[in-house]
Amino acid sequence: MLTIQNVSVSYSGIRALRGVTLSVAPGEIFALIGPNGAGKSTLLNAASGLVPLAEGEIRLEGETISGRPAHKVARAGLIQVPEGRRVIAPLTVAENLELGRQAAGIRGTSSADLDQVHSLFPILAERRNQPAGLLSGGQQQMLAIGRALMGRPRVLLLDEPSLGLAPVIIREVFDALVRLNKDGLTILLVEQNAKLALETAHNAAIIEQGRIVHKGAATALAGDPVVADHYFGRAKVDA
Amino acid sequence: MLMQQLLNGVVVGSVYGLFALGFQLVFGVNHIMNMAHGTVFMWGAFAGLYAVMLFDVPCPVAVLIGALGGGIVSVVLDWVAFRPLRKRGAPEFSSIVSSIGASLILLSLAQQLTATRVMRFPFDVFPIVVFNFFGLRIQLLQLVIVGIVVLMVVGLLYYLYRTSFGRQIRSVAFSESTSRLLGINPFAINFQVFFISGALAGIAGVLIGIVFNSVHFMMGEPLLLRAFVVIILGGLGSIAGALIAGLLIGIIQTLTVAYLSAGLADAIVFSALFLVLLIRPTGLFGGAAAVARVTRR
Repeated sequence: MLTIQNVSVSYSGIRALRGVTLSVAPGEIFALIGPNGAGKSTLLNAASGLVPLAEGEIRLEGETISGRPAHKVARAGLIQVPEGRRVIAPLTVAENLELGRQAAGIRGTSSADLDQVHSLFPILAERRNQPAGLLSGGQQQMLAIGRALMGRPRVLLLDEPSLGLAPVIIREVFDALVRLNKDGLTILLVEQNAKLALETAHNAAIIEQGRIVHKGAATALAGDPVVADHYFGRAKVDA
Repeated sequence: MLMQQLLNGVVVGSVYGLFALGFQLVFGVNHIMNMAHGTVFMWGAFAGLYAVMLFDVPCPVAVLIGALGGGIVSVVLDWVAFRPLRKRGAPEFSSIVSSIGASLILLSLAQQLTATRVMRFPFDVFPIVVFNFFGLRIQLLQLVIVGIVVLMVVGLLYYLYRTSFGRQIRSVAFSESTSRLLGINPFAINFQVFFISGALAGIAGVLIGIVFNSVHFMMGEPLLLRAFVVIILGGLGSIAGALIAGLLIGIIQTLTVAYLSAGLADAIVFSALFLVLLIRPTGLFGGAAAVARVTRR
């Protein structure tokens, strides 16, 4: 579905990604985990066309999308929910959702997408006329996801959706992601919270210093003593 | 008499507001202090004037051509002066320098074209009709100008707040990278923003050219200076603020010229600015507009 082939990215001389290769199969949740600064967000931004590739290729359903400007990547069906949610604060909840639909180039006024988002996150229907900037962090995350869904993504990219949210809200957001996935949505998830990510995903990869160091089924990675040592030791204390 | 001067002030002030609005729009969306906005205004006036002189077009057409001319100059300005900087992610200060350079080029082009002459619209370009209203002399031209300004402002507000294009413009103003991730084409947005900004300046140019009966290559520069006052007074990013501050400055200026001395007009306008900033550092409407303000992350 989404193939990332030997991708390298440099920021002013510093290599942020070195030959990253991974592939996300249709209908799966793929988690990319790793410490801060490992290159997780860079990979998503490279896939989204915000960051140019130094080498490599990215394909969506066989179509090459690397090299296209960001808005064309989004219109091709690869839509990212950026880190820190980034709702358009002065616009209302309804306007943000409408923006997600129009910006992705979807015509027509069918309310099916909106109904789906509202049933997934009922709070968005309740607060539809409020400025997005006045929502709580969790609600903003729901809005950011809902806004991306309005663009009918073929693959949804999520950058740290749990960041800064209360555990109850994280649960709610991840339950929604699982439900979306069950309805057939392919998801590439970037997370620092390794435990949560591996519980949610089918397959996963671990990235360190711009390289993929482990790759495999999420359950296998969760059971791997090296991975557990690295990522859960701390996570357990934090939780 | 006071009422007459107030009326004249409102007319001039509303055109200042129109001019400042375009400046404000580019600042709000692109965070560019467009120092070439005065020359865009001047080129708009030129476009209207030459259309009348060469093709003898009627006044409404001249205003339209002024809008079109200002819009085109503004879009070209964006492509040549700002777009390359944006691509490289240059700091905001570079675009100020770039716009100063562009304005100098546009100024000297106009100077060459007109051989530094002061030109005029033909006297019959707008019929002189005067209404007497409780002793107040109101010219048809004044009514038309205020009408055009109101129409433009309502139109702009409708475009920004009620259409899908406007929603996308507000989205880019807030965060360009997030907007791109949603599928918004930033080039299309910048094109619209610069065209609208230039068109508003061009309309203001033709109107000021007709009202003061003079069109020359330096006509935009004093306006640019006053636009700064209008924008700071009104609060950065506030559309309503720009309009009301524009009216205020038009009135202050007209009253100063009428009752004190023409030379004092700018001194008093700027004194008013300092006074307001002393009391309200965010401008008259900066505080109220802060929530809705178009800012970029």
